[in-house]
Amino acid sequence: MEQQTKDLINNEISNNEVCLFMKGTPDAPQCGFSMAVSNMLKILEVKYKGVNVLESSALREGIKEFSDWPTVPQLYIKNEFVGGCDIVKEMYENGELKKILEDKKINFKK
Amino acid sequence: MAMDLKEIETLIKEALPDAVVEIQDLAGDGNHYSATVISNKFFGKSKIEQHKMVYNSLKGKMGNELHALAIKTKEQ
Repeated sequence: MEQQTKDLINNEISNNEVCLFMKGTPDAPQCGFSMAVSNMLKILEVKYKGVNVLESSALREGIKEFSDWPTVPQLYIKNEFVGGCDIVKEMYENGELKKILEDKKINFKK
Repeated sequence: MAMDLKEIETLIKEALPDAVVEIQDLAGDGNHYSATVISNKFFGKSKIEQHKMVYNSLKGKMGNELHALAIKTKEQ
């Protein structure tokens, strides 16, 4: 991965407490899995930054290498990779997502 | 590009021989699957590590030949 891509990813996840690398944007997701995670964050009224990986192939491939995770979406909370769609969905359903948000002092609808 | 259901199951079982694997072809197009994998190799591992073990068993096919695989992992 090019240093430039790595820097871009590092910047996004350090400047945004909740950062979602996704296909499309929060308003217009381009993939069902990205939309699902995006919707869960919206329901919880979490303020998050959506980063559209479809805008750059370097980013689309880079994010997979960065996290050693082969798929998009990828959710980061306070610099930490939380998971992809399946894990976030499971955490949303069993309450762990709220717990993480609380532990990391992120505002959300309780 | 698509992948056969049996091929996915075989690859997962090669990496996790004790695993109980249940795969569904969600859309009937050989491209969108869900897999439930139960293995005692998951004990003591985080969800991220567990899912990575399944991804790794697919030897780089995930995200390439295989577009979508929803994963659920459980410890035995």
